[in-house]
Amino acid sequence: MTISIENVSKTFDTQSALNGVSLAIEDGAFVALLGPSGSGKTTLLRIIAGLAAADGGRILFGGEDVTERPVQKRGIGFVFQQYALFRHMTVAQNIAFGLTVMKGKDKPDRAARDRRVQELLELVRLPGLEKRFPAQLSGGQRQRVALARALARNPSILLLDEPFGALDAKVRKELRIALREIHDRVGLTSIFVTHDREEAFALADKVAILNLGKIEQFAPPQEIESAPASDFVRDFVS
Amino acid sequence: MSRAQHTARAAVGEPGAVRLVLILLALGWLALVILLPLFAVFAQAFARGWSTYRDTIAQPDTLAAIRLTLIVAAIAVPVNTVFGIVMAWTIAKHDFRGKDFFVSLIDLPFSVSPVVAGLCFVLLFGRNGWFGSWLSAHDIQVVFAVPGIVLATLFVTFPFVARELIPLMTAQGRDEEEAALTLGANGWQTFWHVTLPNIRWGLLYGMLLTNARAMGEFGAVSVISGHIRGQTNTMPLQVEVLYNEYNFTGAFAVASLLAGLALVTLVVKTALEWRHREQLAGAGH
Amino acid sequence: MATAALLVPRRKRRSVIPGFGLTMGLTVVWLSFLVLIPLAAVFARSAGLGWGHFVDVGLSDRAMRAYRLSFGGSLAAAAINSVFGLLIAWVLVRYEFPGRRLMSAFVDLPFALPTAVAGIALTAIYADTGWVGRLLPFPVAYKPQGVVVAMVFIGLPFVVRTVEPVLADLGKGIEEAAATLGAGRLTTFWRVILPEIAPALLTGFALAFARAVGEYGSVIFIAGNVPYVSEIAPLLIVTQLEQFDYEGATAIATVMLAASFLMLFVINLIQGRERRRLGQEA
Repeated sequence: MTISIENVSKTFDTQSALNGVSLAIEDGAFVALLGPSGSGKTTLLRIIAGLAAADGGRILFGGEDVTERPVQKRGIGFVFQQYALFRHMTVAQNIAFGLTVMKGKDKPDRAARDRRVQELLELVRLPGLEKRFPAQLSGGQRQRVALARALARNPSILLLDEPFGALDAKVRKELRIALREIHDRVGLTSIFVTHDREEAFALADKVAILNLGKIEQFAPPQEIESAPASDFVRDFVS
Repeated sequence: MSRAQHTARAAVGEPGAVRLVLILLALGWLALVILLPLFAVFAQAFARGWSTYRDTIAQPDTLAAIRLTLIVAAIAVPVNTVFGIVMAWTIAKHDFRGKDFFVSLIDLPFSVSPVVAGLCFVLLFGRNGWFGSWLSAHDIQVVFAVPGIVLATLFVTFPFVARELIPLMTAQGRDEEEAALTLGANGWQTFWHVTLPNIRWGLLYGMLLTNARAMGEFGAVSVISGHIRGQTNTMPLQVEVLYNEYNFTGAFAVASLLAGLALVTLVVKTALEWRHREQLAGAGH
Repeated sequence: MATAALLVPRRKRRSVIPGFGLTMGLTVVWLSFLVLIPLAAVFARSAGLGWGHFVDVGLSDRAMRAYRLSFGGSLAAAAINSVFGLLIAWVLVRYEFPGRRLMSAFVDLPFALPTAVAGIALTAIYADTGWVGRLLPFPVAYKPQGVVVAMVFIGLPFVVRTVEPVLADLGKGIEEAAATLGAGRLTTFWRVILPEIAPALLTGFALAFARAVGEYGSVIFIAGNVPYVSEIAPLLIVTQLEQFDYEGATAIATVMLAASFLMLFVINLIQGRERRRLGQEA
């Protein structure tokens, strides 16, 4: 699904976090929001998700204005930086949560929910762990559960906030590959936030570089490297 | 724009109307359960005017009760402060087996009914008690006398200082003490110049709670005091005596002094919490 | 007590800080003198009664009625406090409004106000002619329900102060996660927030309950103290003592102490489980 961000701005207290940001993201793209801390990348992701409100501007999913739509109804999947798994629920209950809270005739029955949990566990390569609690998992496993949970309701858009931030280098590499595969297989449009240049360039089709609440450049990795749009970009990616 | 803000805020918060209802409910409940009784104390105390109030307080029995309450607090607070520091030093600055068990023992007086606490000392020092015959042979009176009141008060205020200091001193670790020792300070100097300045606000907080409880204790003291007017009545007991004599204005007048003490305690406590948050153990009471 | 074993510091990580022997010695002596020996006296005295006699006086009809009122009233009060304590903690943690800090300070009043003062004040308010008593269609003061009112007063801060820090630490993360998964606000509260704070709420409930069971000063004025009807167990101890019935008083005190220790054990169990759970998480 295409995502259009039109002239979005956001101010915290008196400080400007986003300053008229516009981006057009194609269906099926895998986009990285890259920038130093304080550049507004996480704020932008949260506005796309509906977790924060923009002061001005519009967000469109597939051409449809979702600016006023609450987060519950935006049909996105979101992976949090610290995963935000529910500690009192098993892996299976965590993954099924989005299905369990559905209302009326849309809500799949128990058997269908169990089937979906199994599918997702296969997808993230964690079969057999459904009875565990988050506290009994490694960091990488938690990340995979968070991903499976975000995908349970078949979102067409996946948003990830520093998805690999809390992991060591080896696990990070494995998960990157896994995430890319899942993105391609499911046919998602994905946006992830990172401050790691190498990660952004290795994983994304297109990278948006943010600085001080503005997009400095939005282009495929090769193009950013060969033709940086500003001094900031040149410094940041070198 | 404002609608957009409203929508997104609803993702993680409550709509303004719900918020308002919850706040009003909470305030209403607090007013009913806590503020109304407090207000009632002062309203009843001054129901017959300022001069009646003053005369009631100035009665010899009441003055004696005030004096006794001050004496009891003047003994209980310093004693339990010293022992609270001693206990916290043992537990926070050293390692030994059974530490958790020890901490639960220190907390024990909090989970014992004050009446049972008073009874303990009656059983030990009363006429039929373990030490009763020895005490009467030496003409020492504990039960129905000031020493018993002090003992009961020490019991119920036992944990306050220690339980404030233990988490605080544990969290502060031992680095500074060890540094002082390498610089040639002895144990006492280390405590006086390094540990004490680090815990002083937490200590004050613990002493404040000790004092409030010492002056206000009713159940434990009531069992052991014998209610002898002018001699073994503390202020809370005097409240009861006056109340049972249907001298309501008098009872509430004395009660208003204690309520004033509670308010002062709350003010100092809140001030300490605001200004020295980093030095207080926090919410555990 | 196995004090000898406790006195030995751990060999491996022995602290270099001086004063262990002295302070540990003082601690053991003071703790024994002031707390352990007096409490032991109660058990020793009641052991001297013999089982049959203990049951006769400790579990007499009148005593059983008193326990029922003390424990039943405490349960009711702790339940009420759990609901309103959670509400107050929620409002204090989540919302910013004028008077919030003042409100927070007043929550602790029951810790600071002498119980006898609370007792006569509540009685004045809930008597038939009192500010609240006259508005209510049923009598409160001098009835069993008066006991519950006093127990609600003294127990409220326990729930608020136990739940508050846990609620504050909870963070917005899991709530936002629930929202992105389509859960509405109420669903999120029931299925995500409440299970997370349940151990703290349970601890607060247990603390409020334990305090109410032993409470004396704030209850006796409003209770009416009619034997078999509105007489709480601590009052029965006092009554027995005033009649110089030391055996009866001791037997009832033993039952109360056993109940306190059981509560203490339960509270430690809840908190221990919670610590382990969070420890694994980190």
